Amino acid sequence: MPSLNLLIGVCLAYVALLFLVAFGAERAAFRGRGAWLRSPWVYTLSLSIYCTAWTFYGAVGYAARSGMEYLTIYIGPTLVMIGWFWAVRKLVRIGRSQNITSIADLISSRYGKSNLLGVLVTLLAVIGTTPYIALQLQSVTLSVASFSLADATVRPLSDQNSTAFWVAAGLAFFTVLFGTRNLDANERHHGVVMAIAVEAVVKLVALMAVGVFVVWGIGGGVSETLARIDASRLGDWQIQPDRWLALTGLSAAAFLCLPRMFQVLVVENEEEGHLRTASWAFPAYLLLMSLFVVPIAVTGLDLLPEGSNPDLFVLSLPLAEGQNGLALLSFIGGFSSATSMVIVASIALSTMVSNHIVMPIWLSRQVGGAMVSGDVRYVVITARRLSIIGVLALGYLYYRVSGGSSALAAIGLISFSGVAQFLPALIGGLFWRGANRIGALAGLVVGGGLWLWCLFLPSFGPDMILPGAVMVDGPFGIGWLRPYALFGIQGLDPLVHGVLWSLLLNTGVFVVTCLLTFPSPMERLQGAQFVNVFDHSGATRGWSGAMAQSEDLMIMAQRILGARDAQELFRIAAEDQGLQGYLPEPTPDFLRRLERALSGSVGAATAHAMIGQITGGANVSVEDLLAVADETAQIMEHSSQLEAQSAELERTARQLRAANEKLTALSVQKDAFLSQISHELRTPMTSIRAFSEIMRDTDTLEPQEKVKYAGIIHGEAVRLTRLLDDLLDLSVLENGQVRMNVSSGPLRAVLDHAISATGADRGAMRLTLRGALDADLRTDRDRLAQVFINLIANAQKYCDAKEQELRISARDMDGILIVDFIDNGSGVAAEEQDLIFEKFSRVGHQQAGGAGLGLAICREIMVRLGGSITYLPGQGGAAFRVTLPASDAMAAQ
Amino acid sequence: MERTVLVIEDEPNIIEAISFILSRDGWRVVTHSNGVDAVDAVASRRPDLVILDVMLPGRSGFDILRDLRAEEGTAALPVLMLTARGQTQDRELAQSLGASRFMAKPFSNAEVLEAANALVAS
Repeated sequence: MPSLNLLIGVCLAYVALLFLVAFGAERAAFRGRGAWLRSPWVYTLSLSIYCTAWTFYGAVGYAARSGMEYLTIYIGPTLVMIGWFWAVRKLVRIGRSQNITSIADLISSRYGKSNLLGVLVTLLAVIGTTPYIALQLQSVTLSVASFSLADATVRPLSDQNSTAFWVAAGLAFFTVLFGTRNLDANERHHGVVMAIAVEAVVKLVALMAVGVFVVWGIGGGVSETLARIDASRLGDWQIQPDRWLALTGLSAAAFLCLPRMFQVLVVENEEEGHLRTASWAFPAYLLLMSLFVVPIAVTGLDLLPEGSNPDLFVLSLPLAEGQNGLALLSFIGGFSSATSMVIVASIALSTMVSNHIVMPIWLSRQVGGAMVSGDVRYVVITARRLSIIGVLALGYLYYRVSGGSSALAAIGLISFSGVAQFLPALIGGLFWRGANRIGALAGLVVGGGLWLWCLFLPSFGPDMILPGAVMVDGPFGIGWLRPYALFGIQGLDPLVHGVLWSLLLNTGVFVVTCLLTFPSPMERLQGAQFVNVFDHSGATRGWSGAMAQSEDLMIMAQRILGARDAQELFRIAAEDQGLQGYLPEPTPDFLRRLERALSGSVGAATAHAMIGQITGGANVSVEDLLAVADETAQIMEHSSQLEAQSAELERTARQLRAANEKLTALSVQKDAFLSQISHELRTPMTSIRAFSEIMRDTDTLEPQEKVKYAGIIHGEAVRLTRLLDDLLDLSVLENGQVRMNVSSGPLRAVLDHAISATGADRGAMRLTLRGALDADLRTDRDRLAQVFINLIANAQKYCDAKEQELRISARDMDGILIVDFIDNGSGVAAEEQDLIFEKFSRVGHQQAGGAGLGLAICREIMVRLGGSITYLPGQGGAAFRVTLPASDAMAAQ
Repeated sequence: MERTVLVIEDEPNIIEAISFILSRDGWRVVTHSNGVDAVDAVASRRPDLVILDVMLPGRSGFDILRDLRAEEGTAALPVLMLTARGQTQDRELAQSLGASRFMAKPFSNAEVLEAANALVAS
């Protein structure tokens, strides 16, 4: 009987050996040596982490309890590796070409790089794997305990917890050390893989050794052992087809979906070719692992006392037979199985947790997003290390909570069915372009939820998490929601029931949702990349010109480079190849040359994509498309500059149009003005001519007629002269050629002059003057008088009151002199008030004799004098306001 | 049979001149001095000839001519148009609207008389 101290010593020695192996492999890989590291055998052996302590110890227990059913656990992966080799190859190809780091990453990438999916898969994986890690801790603890039970220095059972703790802590240390040396999760963990391969050999040798001992050492040969098997209860076990089918499918699914299996199968894969070896070698390994399970189980049941734990037969049989060395080897084998699984699982989970949960949170908390790369490196490494410790802590916690009571196999299968929920999204993503993110999310949520309800939560046992009443009557007494009899389906095995419902509804919801919703462009892109991975993923970005058509290339090149340059390029290339004419063979070398030439014109990414399209190796990766997008952005920027220029041109054109319109309008105004002048000149001339002809041709005119007609001629001549004077005056004022004769004097003097000039002081019109008549003026007083005269004359002409009255009032307001002229007539109609200051705007009264230039001249004069003239509406009669700057302001001008 | 001419014109002196010339030749001269109700004046006075100015207060002579030509009773009425603007486009417009004769101011008395007698035979 080996002492516990010896056991611990052997364990430590074994672990030290693993350290050495891992360290050596890392160094060899670092130095670029060690081709043996990249052997397909190492890859195949690393796949053996499928066989955990559950398989090592548990398969015998499983056989002892349920007969041949344990074989399903081996049949599933065997079927996958042999029958579904091409699917596995596709998975590996995608993993390598897309730099996939984990199964969460794969599903998230496939569905448009959805981080929500990544988080969901990660959480489900952590929940599903935690019991499995607990299982490994339990198996190590139990195996240690089985030694200590026989040990003289019996340790209290409570020490099992401390055993589990130290195992977990040790594994965490080893995994952190060798699992997080490299930042890039896709860089392979040579040391870890090598250590796992060694462990794979150790556990196979250990199990085979126990088996050989049992068959030949105890049983006495093959035939005797077969006879013993025939006689045992194992033959009586009925095969349950539903369980067999469910378990085979489940283990097949788990083989693809388990995070640790994905890690070794896809992420740690060195060469796609290794898969070919593994496809037969790994099933062979499984066969060897399962070969002696039944003999050990039967022999254990026969020889060991009633009530012995069949899960530990592999260990307890040699112990009972006094084979201490063999027992020690067996213990090491079990220890290997447990540790290798825990190490790889925690690496895989830590990658998922840090990439999909920790990093997104950390990045979103970084203000600005700009950071030093070393900074990120440190954060990533720390996140991975903490995740590893966290995963192991969870496993230990689960072990403590679940009490380590359940049968090993039961926990293993629940874990399998949890990760199997990834299968619909995974397979759909690999083979169905219509699969989309919403569908994957819906399927995962439904499947994961049902798995939690029907399998995971009940696995703690009644009243641990789910109350016993819920198990019997359903939640809130709803019978059809009972975890083991969902929708009223009773009598099924709980496992089959849970797997059936969760996977069935998962797949159904996934498919239906995908059919009902549409994928985003990013998902379409990724979907095409994944589903058609073999069509366009060469190992490198080079070209295999086999399918390229030189003519097509020529046509494209001419379009981009121009006919002459393209022909020259092709001719030289053909010459280099020793060919006549213009069409070289589309060798990879030529294609690269062409691509370089094209990229000078259209940018590298576009050139690559264009050649890819013609050569048929259309490997348009996301990077390619993003690069195209970048180039497009530059083109867009260029075109927006052009757009700005064209907007500028547009603006100029608009200004020209406006100027042209203004000129046209001016021309129209000029025509109208000339037409007006013509009318104003021709009208008096018509009278003059008509009456002078009458006087010339009519001898019989009465003398008073002669006087009258001569008077008309005279008056019209005067009118003509006045009109010409006004026109000249206005022209001078408008052109600004007028000279102002500024002089000083009181307002009253200017008003008096205007009044006497118009004869208003002698006429019938009643005049009133009031206000600041003595205000001093400094201005061109003659011009101002001209304005006043015009206003008074207008009042005389147009005021239609029976007794004409004109009130003139002046006041000084903040340095501005205001003079109002208000008569008692009917005033100017509202619609004409705006027009009266325009030239020839003689509104209403034709007979008054003016040409309609008076107020236009007044306005020009007042502008020249720095003041204004406006019409005041609503004063009863016609009302004009003249404003002038006070004398000091005027003087300053 | 006495011939009646309606002079639609707003310059008093020109009205007086035309009246003098035509009445001396035996025409009965009636006058109207704004554009607004000129068409009504034609309808009520029923003249044999209309002498029509273009620039009238209230309404353009061209608009009045268009209305006269549109009315059945005045569609064929001889209309002599006078304008002080005298541009070619005015002449063309007058012709297209159906003026019987078009003359620019200042006119010769003999020409007006000759035109009136040519348009309405005595």
